[in-house]
Amino acid sequence: MPIIASSQAQPEYDVAIVGSGAGGGQMAYTLTLAGLKCVMLEAGRAYDPGTESAMFQRPDQIPLMNAPTPGKPYGFADATIDGGWEVPGEPYTQASTKAEEQFWWWRARMLGGRTNHWGRISLRNGPYDFKPRSRDGLGFDWPITYADVEPYYTKVEMLVGVFGSNEGLENTPDSPPGVLLPPPKGRAAELYAQKHAKKIGMPIISIHRAVLTKLLDADTLPAKLHPGNPRAQKIVADSMRARAACFWATDCHRGCNIRANYQSTTVHLPPALATGNLDIIPNAHAREVTLGKNGKATGVLYIDKTTGREARVKAKAVVLAASSAESVRILLNSKSAPHPQGLANSSGLVGKYITDSVGVSVSGHVPALENLPAHNEDGAGGPHFYAPWWLYTEQHASRLDFARGYHTEFNGSRSMPGGRNPLSDDLGRGAYGTKFKEEARRYYGSFVGYTARGEMVPNEFCFADLDPAVKDKWGIPVLRWHWKWTDQELNLAAHAIKSYTALIEAMGGKVRGTPKSPRDAIAAPGKVIHEVGGALMGADAKKSVCNGWNQTWDVKNLFLCDAAPFASNSDKNPTLTIMALAWRAGDFIVEQARKGNL
Amino acid sequence: MKWFAAAAAASAIPEFTAGTATPNLGAATPPATKGYGTDTNTAGYFKPGDVWPLTLPAAQRKLVTALADVILPADHLGPAASEVHVPEMMDEWISAPYPDQQKDRAKILPGLQWIEDESHKRFQKSFTALTSVQQHAICDDICTRTGVKKEFSKGAEFFGVFRNLAASAYYSTEPGWHALGYVGNVPLTQFDGPPREVLEKLGVTQTVV
Repeated sequence: MPIIASSQAQPEYDVAIVGSGAGGGQMAYTLTLAGLKCVMLEAGRAYDPGTESAMFQRPDQIPLMNAPTPGKPYGFADATIDGGWEVPGEPYTQASTKAEEQFWWWRARMLGGRTNHWGRISLRNGPYDFKPRSRDGLGFDWPITYADVEPYYTKVEMLVGVFGSNEGLENTPDSPPGVLLPPPKGRAAELYAQKHAKKIGMPIISIHRAVLTKLLDADTLPAKLHPGNPRAQKIVADSMRARAACFWATDCHRGCNIRANYQSTTVHLPPALATGNLDIIPNAHAREVTLGKNGKATGVLYIDKTTGREARVKAKAVVLAASSAESVRILLNSKSAPHPQGLANSSGLVGKYITDSVGVSVSGHVPALENLPAHNEDGAGGPHFYAPWWLYTEQHASRLDFARGYHTEFNGSRSMPGGRNPLSDDLGRGAYGTKFKEEARRYYGSFVGYTARGEMVPNEFCFADLDPAVKDKWGIPVLRWHWKWTDQELNLAAHAIKSYTALIEAMGGKVRGTPKSPRDAIAAPGKVIHEVGGALMGADAKKSVCNGWNQTWDVKNLFLCDAAPFASNSDKNPTLTIMALAWRAGDFIVEQARKGNL
Repeated sequence: MKWFAAAAAASAIPEFTAGTATPNLGAATPPATKGYGTDTNTAGYFKPGDVWPLTLPAAQRKLVTALADVILPADHLGPAASEVHVPEMMDEWISAPYPDQQKDRAKILPGLQWIEDESHKRFQKSFTALTSVQQHAICDDICTRTGVKKEFSKGAEFFGVFRNLAASAYYSTEPGWHALGYVGNVPLTQFDGPPREVLEKLGVTQTVV
């Protein structure tokens, strides 16, 4: 079974999966290796990072030196095709005309979805992150605990390959011994920050990222991942052997044709396809979940984009993993007489309590880093170090004016030049000629950047509903966004700005640019591309959309396996948790199928 | 004035006007492209002109070349801008249909005219025909953002945009990388982190073993 056209679909499948990214990829992997027959609908075209990744192209070999454009918001060579904050023919609308109340919604219409453009930062939620309301009285608790998810974090880390270290820090979980791959060596600016951050009490440690710093152990891992399933073990071992370790060059965002980092298309989909149990239909834009008389989902109605016509797949169970807001849109568009508000929406909460990461960046110039001897710091194509949130005690004692934390990501200093002026106009005192080139060389590597990824507290002002008038080019009603930051987010942003200023000054440096107010500094809603929620999981069917198995309360054979069920958006990047919960829900679906409950 | 005739011969320039005391560079043909779209051939290797036509007429291109080489000359840190296709990359940039690039185009094209006018005013010659000392005399008046005399403010604004773009292009190339001290983009079997001399200079030790 392979990538097929709409017309080649089987009459019925065990499970229809909408979306091919982290959630859909993991679900297809789990189900097909357990023997279930699946069909996957992907709204974009098929895509093969093996032949389509820009690897060693210099900026002078890339149109516009790889500068962002409306069609390619991260530049020509970025792995995301047919995606971005604007997708031609697929608009979304805003309830407010104020910029700060407008949400930028990123879509990736391609096989692998949003796993094609991401930093591979793979942090586990900690115990507090599943029970935030119990801790500070705000937002919502998840109906599951860290202990419920821990085995799946471990399995995902073993499968995809995540480097990092175990530091035993509060709410920053260690992995079991031997699970993480070795962390890469620190870079000059990272080590220098790590040393001087001690003055301000900020811990700087190895980050966790889904990049193979050495080959996966294909001889032992498959048996741990799939005990008692020799066929799955063989398929997974073959897939692991087809991946190479990182060769310490090129930006992960371009994709990786040696499969050294995680993309759904290099890690999840090849073994799923190798089982023979998966059909992938690209260019299939899901519109509605179809419903039988018994109230169960019967499949998915979609637009076959190659013909523009409606088509259907039938299945005994449906998994939506279309990305959180797209899954919300599908549910809201799945209206019927018994479900006039859309499917799985008896609580009225579909689309509600969407959260995004609070993003704030501060950059600085550190004279100690000037004129360093030339050396190669490409490393693992992204940050090697980060600072986890460290003020849990102060926060718990109400000594801070915001309830949730942030972690800090490091931006490269000796990263690949090109496409930008290394000596901006405020430096170099107007230099041109040889003087300019000397100044540029002197400053190269001396700029540091720190970016916060902070936890937003869910609020009732941040949600998406269907626009009553606007439809996309396929005639499907589009999402309308509503957004408001609260003091929680603005105070967090202010704290991050202060911390990074202190860090840069502790390094003997100076912040670049004029300081911004938190309201101006905070990344526009959606710009961090970490939106989660909209169909929260909970313990009470009246107050949530799905249960702790990602299963909707209203429709027992309908599961939401992207970030839509996230009851909170911890400061940890969502992808690893999406995968862990999808694997866990997948095991639950397999068990239900074996019991004949689907 | 030779470049002038050459320009007219090289391409049809719609808004071309001749016969003024100071040669009018004219408006370059506006980009006739919608851009490269959303589904790009990411793994390809490209050069300027591959994804849309370059639009700078020869006269402007010559002036861009001369000024880029004043800003990024051949010296102990590497070749001149024109030796590494910086003018072509700049042409590709201002020939792009996108808003950011169009904004730069709207500053660079009149700026080129400004510098040519200034050159004729001071030295009765095209900027491209000036001696290095004469070229520097003009650039020195416009190379900073602050403290510029009022009559040079337009030139200074142009110079900043031009220098940004020229440097963006120059440091996109292998010789540009060498000039900065960037030595990556090569596959390695292992990553050792910064060498000892770097660690010593910074007073740090490698904390990842």
